[in-house]
Amino acid sequence: MSILLPSKQSRRQVLRTMMGGGVVSLTLPFLDCFLNTNGSALASGAPMPTRFGTWYWGMGHTPDRAVKAKTASGPGIEFLEETKALIPHKDKLNYFGNFNMPLDGRSNYTHFSGWVANRTGSAPEAGGDIPAPTLDLLIADEIGKGTRFRTLDVSSVGIARENYSARNTYNRAAAEVDPVALFDRIYGPEFADPNKADFKPDPDVRLRKSVLSSFTEETKDYMKTLGAADKQRMDQYFTSIREIENQLALQLKKPEPNKACVVPERPGELGPQEVVRVREMDSVIETHKVMTKILAMAVACNQTNVFNMVFTDNFANVRRVGETYTHHLLTHEEAIDADRGYQPLTYWFNEKSMEGMATFIDIIESIPEGDGTLLDNCLIFASSETNYARLHTIDGVPVYLIGGAGGRMKQGMYLAGGGDPITRVGLTAMQIMGVPVETWGTKSLQTSKTISEILV
Amino acid sequence: MRRLTVEQYQNVIHDVFGEHIEIASRFDPLVRTDGLFAVGASNALITPSGFEKFYNVARSVASQVVNDDNRLTLVPCTPVDASGADEVCSRQFFAEAGRYLYRRPLTESEMETAVSSANQVADQFGDFYTGIEFGLTGLLITPSFLYIIDETEPDSSSPSGLRLTSYAKAARLSFLLWNSAPDEMLLKAAESGDLHTEKGLERQVERMMESHFLTRGVSAFFEDFLDLEKFETLEKDTIIYPAYTIKTAESAKEQLLHTIVDHTVNRDAPYPEIFTTRHTFLDAHLGRVYQLPVTRPDGGWEPYEFAEDDVRAGILSQIGFLALYSHPGRSSATLRGKAVRELLLCQKVPDPPGDVDFSLFNDPNAPSRTARDRLTAHSTVPSCAGCHKLTDPIGLGFEQFDGIGQFRVAEQGAIIDVSGDLDGDEFTDAKSLAQAMHDSPSVPACLTNQLYSYAVGRAPARDEREFVRYLETGFAESGYSLQNLLSDIATSDAFYVISQPKNKAEGERSASLDVSIKQERGS
Repeated sequence: MSILLPSKQSRRQVLRTMMGGGVVSLTLPFLDCFLNTNGSALASGAPMPTRFGTWYWGMGHTPDRAVKAKTASGPGIEFLEETKALIPHKDKLNYFGNFNMPLDGRSNYTHFSGWVANRTGSAPEAGGDIPAPTLDLLIADEIGKGTRFRTLDVSSVGIARENYSARNTYNRAAAEVDPVALFDRIYGPEFADPNKADFKPDPDVRLRKSVLSSFTEETKDYMKTLGAADKQRMDQYFTSIREIENQLALQLKKPEPNKACVVPERPGELGPQEVVRVREMDSVIETHKVMTKILAMAVACNQTNVFNMVFTDNFANVRRVGETYTHHLLTHEEAIDADRGYQPLTYWFNEKSMEGMATFIDIIESIPEGDGTLLDNCLIFASSETNYARLHTIDGVPVYLIGGAGGRMKQGMYLAGGGDPITRVGLTAMQIMGVPVETWGTKSLQTSKTISEILV
Repeated sequence: MRRLTVEQYQNVIHDVFGEHIEIASRFDPLVRTDGLFAVGASNALITPSGFEKFYNVARSVASQVVNDDNRLTLVPCTPVDASGADEVCSRQFFAEAGRYLYRRPLTESEMETAVSSANQVADQFGDFYTGIEFGLTGLLITPSFLYIIDETEPDSSSPSGLRLTSYAKAARLSFLLWNSAPDEMLLKAAESGDLHTEKGLERQVERMMESHFLTRGVSAFFEDFLDLEKFETLEKDTIIYPAYTIKTAESAKEQLLHTIVDHTVNRDAPYPEIFTTRHTFLDAHLGRVYQLPVTRPDGGWEPYEFAEDDVRAGILSQIGFLALYSHPGRSSATLRGKAVRELLLCQKVPDPPGDVDFSLFNDPNAPSRTARDRLTAHSTVPSCAGCHKLTDPIGLGFEQFDGIGQFRVAEQGAIIDVSGDLDGDEFTDAKSLAQAMHDSPSVPACLTNQLYSYAVGRAPARDEREFVRYLETGFAESGYSLQNLLSDIATSDAFYVISQPKNKAEGERSASLDVSIKQERGS
């Protein structure tokens, strides 16, 4: 149904009416971004929206050097050498230890099954198979409808296809890998600055919306001639069109003032020497910082309620200057140092990953929002695909839940899984975010057991 | 239904509106399925962010088409008054552009949508060309443009009672041979019904095979077949390899494709000889890595023939292959061997077990200096041996080329041994390995299977295997002429069969069962 006119007219009729100079009455959906002037609550008095994000790093942790294992849940996480960067944030996150990932006899597709099972609740049947939607999309279906972008997917490692958010195998968006492109997509001409005094809806937008609606209606007619399988695939196409229609509708409405929203500086273009070094760890760290600033402010500016950041990909295609191997290869081929008892070069990457996570938290926490910070109104699911990459172990895969989730989650706790399926964490996260789900996952990964210890 | 690839999108826009139209966006990547992105395209959906990219590109293309520089040439008529709508002119524009973009004439309803949108926008803005811009944007975001759709029509002679429309046949043919939409002559052949006749189809195939656009089609197939998309994420350590730049990677990919297209199209030489040919092309970026002089003053491409006694011959000795299947800072016999097995011989190398403890043979005090020393350790561990015996004996044959393909004779002071065997065919170096590849019966069989899969957008169904064997026979009888194989596929009934959805019970797709094998060669 067109939002341009609340009638049962066809879109073509609507278009004609509008173009003919008739009065246009816009019936826009209620948007979560209608905040009061000090940004502490919605104009309606409802509480601030809670946003959901994921943060991903490849290759897990170094055994016995990341988080001290406990047998019982309770307050206090003992961060070890590898995770020392997280110590300043110890009261802002929870760590989940000793949760398992049973695959029911299915293969452990290395560096793949781990993230798929963790994020979809189902183990893949084959390499590349994504059997169910990832939890961020289930949450986006719940909280992402009123914002300009249903989700924003970003990667600092430069590989667009490595985005761990998907509806299924063939319905997986690419991540933004270029800071400039990310900036332009969010803060380009279509961005309505909420703190700008004057707002005039661009007449182009209304026309574009109408033309889009006309072609969509026409396409629906045409699709009637297709077979059932093609029609099914077209459902996703029409869902995607609705996202654009939503974006256009938002551009017609003056956003409420929002003090937290300060447009960041546009990053500079990469030169040829920087392009060739895009996956050197130092470059990844820098890119991650720049893209996180852009992304975090997009969240603060209510452009999206759901975001995904890939720090390093599941095959950790990152390297250190002068090293012949990538992080991934080092996990397999670097010998364990007899004195230290671990792989020192691999450890360097793992430690840098945790520094990356700390940076991500820092940046989100640096944005004031209401009486607290943006982090207070976020729930971030941070995870990897393996526990110990050298052996591809997936039981005990590390997961952190970060942020205050709008006051709905206790923080600073170690949660001992006792071998329970890791899907308990995802289920709990979805419930915190308001997804009406009681049971999640399939086979041995299926669970109905919320981690109640962290609920407020 | 197959989603357009990035290259197909670009080719169609450039063919219709000109090469000067810029298309600056990444689209959602396709999923490589059964060894081909073309198969993944048959399953591809359009995500919201993916649609956003298509939409923004459509706006950009439409805007360029009607800008002051282009409107006089790209809009085939002049409005009576450019300050408002001109139904006649906008109808003419959408009839012409829409026919190329949709690969068929627009239906009356589609035309009405495009024209009325354009006219009303034109009146609103007081500008005819803005109307065209908006209408064209609309056309470019419809499934009829973004997907190659198998439209069907009743056909009493087919067991399924249906056949592809002649326009759908034209599109299938054109994207196979030219990787783009049908041209005017092909559309006319579709319009007249000529494509539904054996002679008419053969005439078009013959014409298209002779076109210079064939190089684009062949190049697109090999780019997919050899998984050259990997070049987009190829990275080397420039401290270890100072000769490597981002331009090296671009040129290396270009050299591979240039060599293959020259060999298979321009020379129509036997396909297996791509592994032994001494002909190639060089530019200045590659000259630095090969340590060969490039005499063209502008550093552009020039033909080059390796000497008979040179260490290099064929595509597997080119830095494109050697660098792509190496680590950022060192060569990899395993990656190279795996690529040969999987891409060129169509043999699946199992994934490594999930619990390999590499420390068993990663003793830092061991006297392992060469890759062969290190990989020998794999073959002593039973859980590793199975796969490494498939990959390493091949890959070690390339070890005289480092991680970016530079020639060397020693590694850490030790002379590199490059002998080995390919499924029992012994070789002494990369050149004799190339000869073994040339002689392997799996090489043409793999190419045939993958070219057919590429053409139809799915792996051959069980009941098509006989047809694929028939194609293999024809390929051999033609002296392994790729052009002959392409022509056989393009003129076959099987190529135009209507695909059915995946049959999960059988675990594979099934084509309609009206695949008939022509008997010209008496098979």
